Amino acid sequence: MAAISRDEVAHLARLARIEMSSDELDHLASELDQILHAVDRVQEAAKDNVPPTSHPLPLKNVTRPDVVIPSLSPEDALSGAPASDEQRFKVPQILGDAE
Amino acid sequence: MSFIFKSAAEMSAALSSKEVSAVDLAQQHFDRIEKVDGDVHAFLHLDKEGALAQAKTIDAKRAAGEKLSPLAGVPLALKDVMAQRGIPTTCGSKMLENWRPPYDSTVVTRLKDAGIVILGKTNMDEFAMGSSTENSAYGPTHNPWDLSRIPGGSGGGSSAALAAFEAPLAIGTDTGGSIRQPAAVTGTVGVKPTYGAVSRYGLVAFSSSLDQAGPCARTVLDTALLHEVIAGHDAKDSSSINAPAPAVVAAAKKLDVKGMKIGVIKELGGDGFQKGVSERFNEALDELVKAGAEIVEVSCPNFEYALAAYYLIAPSEASSNLARFDSMRYGLRVGDDGTHGAEEVMSLTRQAGFGKEVKRRIILGTYALSSGYYEAYYGSAQKVRTLIMRDYEAAFAKADVLVSPTAPTTAFKIGEKADDPVAMYLNDIATIPVNMAGIGGMSLPCGLASEDNLPVGFQIMTPAMKDDLMYQVGGTLEAALNSKWGSSLMSQAPALGAK
Repeated sequence: MAAISRDEVAHLARLARIEMSSDELDHLASELDQILHAVDRVQEAAKDNVPPTSHPLPLKNVTRPDVVIPSLSPEDALSGAPASDEQRFKVPQILGDAE
Repeated sequence: MSFIFKSAAEMSAALSSKEVSAVDLAQQHFDRIEKVDGDVHAFLHLDKEGALAQAKTIDAKRAAGEKLSPLAGVPLALKDVMAQRGIPTTCGSKMLENWRPPYDSTVVTRLKDAGIVILGKTNMDEFAMGSSTENSAYGPTHNPWDLSRIPGGSGGGSSAALAAFEAPLAIGTDTGGSIRQPAAVTGTVGVKPTYGAVSRYGLVAFSSSLDQAGPCARTVLDTALLHEVIAGHDAKDSSSINAPAPAVVAAAKKLDVKGMKIGVIKELGGDGFQKGVSERFNEALDELVKAGAEIVEVSCPNFEYALAAYYLIAPSEASSNLARFDSMRYGLRVGDDGTHGAEEVMSLTRQAGFGKEVKRRIILGTYALSSGYYEAYYGSAQKVRTLIMRDYEAAFAKADVLVSPTAPTTAFKIGEKADDPVAMYLNDIATIPVNMAGIGGMSLPCGLASEDNLPVGFQIMTPAMKDDLMYQVGGTLEAALNSKWGSSLMSQAPALGAK
């Protein structure tokens, strides 16, 4: 049985904000199905009494002293912007329908 | 006189004695790159101007009698995943094709402070996802031992640059083996330090709980010299370890393993490992025994789940990390023609900017983290991570260091596994457990496989913050093998650029 359907892949692509062609969806659905069958095995080993590990170091809330240090100038921060205007990032329309 | 075939330590000595200038040394390497990189394609970008300016500064300081660090004036190749101010940093992706970072990563800052001359940026699998460098948007890198074969990945550009004598030093990053597997298949040395030993600030994130930058070179001592330059606490990386880095250069020079216990991990060998790989690995063990070490067999039963857990954890973290490539503040933007809203522009940009493997992993990670599947996939993988750490803990109770072949096979042909992601993932079977546990690992060459005359890698794993032990064992093994062969393995590498 397939672990993942083409429709599910299309939904995931929308969540991940990646536009996909019909061909891409077909390919990916079959590849993901293979991969999911291969990684499914983790469930055999994951017994209830095993605690999860999210990170190799037991660090918590690492902070530095609250002192002002040099940071990027507005010019530097905007240097890679696809579009900018008056020291701000210029982005496509966010609310409502585009023209 | 040409210095390109020398080690970094020898170059350093020649610079100190003013046998060669840093400018001349950098120029010799650019000439070499000019001659062979058309065939190898290790570099994505060369910074001749910046490198020669840095070399000139070092020469002036030396002439003025200033005290310089040991590697001052020695050239280096930088993996294109490390931010360097003003220099293209693409991560092998179309997404960042024209991005020039406005800041230096901490690794780059330390390299510059040490007077190291950065020649340019090396090719890699897109966003460090891959084991062959075939996933680069800018075309594959070729293995200098056989140009029809892969140089490993993701750091295949860095390993190939070393093996092609285009640079004596390189920086790599290792999330599941991207330093060690390329080192193994190119006959070079690569170290993934303990997680947190080298700052991740300015390293473009793939999987933050696994990513670790490290040193690459052609000898164990050169690798140690570079390790000491880049390691150490950095306040800009909250996961950086706030403790002194182990003295790895002194360890690399010890050449003594008498009484050390070396644990062979039963599960990382045998079935699935190429015959020639196992042969060279076992011969290397014999050399360690001759040098006075004791070999013990250890078992890590949960390693059989490591690969599966890795291919859930790394894509999950990647799906979150790569959300930053949204075309709003930097990088590629596609479809911003006034007819598409911001979300559509994001989706079109990510379709055009990401390659196949990156999309595959983002979707896989999105799936593993989605409600209804989270516990079964990501949650289970995190539990496996605990079990792997426990396996290592038990194994290190019986041995000072653990060893295995670095990769199950020698370099395969370009294109051979490109359409089979699951087969491709198997390359990392012996390297992944190290990242899962956050411990240190080194790969160094242990000979050529009898079937194909291609390099085989020997992996040494050490407990967290005991990176000095892998240099001690690696240095000893390298010296024993070189004396057995009568020369280093790299001196047997084929000549390049004969055409």
